[in-house]
Amino acid sequence: MMALFSDHFLVQQSQQLSETGEWIANGFFYIIATVAVLAALKMVTTKNVVHAALYLLVVLGCVAATYIILGAEFAAATQIMVYLGAIMVLLLFGVMLTRAKIGNDTELDYDQRWIGALVSVSMLAVLSYSLFEYFEGATMPKNQKPQRTEEIALEIFSTYIVPFEALSVLLLAALIGAVVVARKD
Amino acid sequence: MFLNQFLFFAAILFSIGVYGVLTRKNGVLVLMSVELILNAVNINLVAFGAYKSDLSGQIFALFTIAVAAAEVGVGLAIVLLIYRNRRSIDISDSNMLKG
Repeated sequence: MMALFSDHFLVQQSQQLSETGEWIANGFFYIIATVAVLAALKMVTTKNVVHAALYLLVVLGCVAATYIILGAEFAAATQIMVYLGAIMVLLLFGVMLTRAKIGNDTELDYDQRWIGALVSVSMLAVLSYSLFEYFEGATMPKNQKPQRTEEIALEIFSTYIVPFEALSVLLLAALIGAVVVARKD
Repeated sequence: MFLNQFLFFAAILFSIGVYGVLTRKNGVLVLMSVELILNAVNINLVAFGAYKSDLSGQIFALFTIAVAAAEVGVGLAIVLLIYRNRRSIDISDSNMLKG
C-alpha cells in the first residue's frame, strides 16, 4: 500500500515537473525568438557592416539556443563552433579585406527597398498560411529525451556514411577552390 | 510546445533573410543574409526531427552546416576577387554580362 502510494506520488510529481519544465522551455523559446527576430531585422537594416556581422552573431547564438530547447545538443554545439566561431571570423575577414567603410555607410541598400519588403512579406504570408493549414495543433512529444551525441555518431557512420563521405569531398573541393580563386598571382 | 512555433520562427527568419538578399548592395552583407536563410532551414530540420523523435533531422542540419561553411568559403573568395578586379564589392556594379 505504501509502495503504491509512493509510486503514484512519484508519477504525479514527475508529471508536474515535466509540465513546469515545458512551461519554462516555452517562455525561454519566446524570449529567444523575439531577440533573434529583432536582431535579424537590425542586421538587414543597419548602416554599419561590422554591426551587421555582430547582429548576425546574436541571431546565430539564438538559433543554437533553440536547438538546445529542441533537445539537439550536438547540433547546438556544432552551430556554436562552426557558425559563431569559424564562419563569423571568415565574414569579418571579408569585411576587413574588402575595406568596406566602417561606420555609417549610406550606399549599402538599393533604393527600391519596398519591393524587397513586399516580396519578403508576401513570402511570409504564403508560408504562414501553409503552416497553419497543415500543422495547426501539432504538438511536440511529451517528456522528450534529448537526442544524444552517441546515437547521432552511430547513425552518421552507419546509415548516412555515403552522404557523409560525399560531404567531406565537397568541403575539400570547396576549400581548395576558394584558395585557387582568391590566390594572387 | 507546438511544432508551429518553431516553424513560424524559422519562416520569419527566412523572410528577413530574403529581404536582406534582395535589398543589400554589399557582397559580404548578401552572404550574411544567405547564412540567415540557411539557419532558418536548419531550425525546420531540427524541429521536425524532434517532432518525429527521429535523428535524421539533426543529421541533415549538420550536413547543411557543413555545406554552409563550404558556401561561405567559396563566396568570400569570389567577393575578394571582385574587389581585387573592380575596387568595389557593390554588386550592382557587377553588370558586365549585360549586353
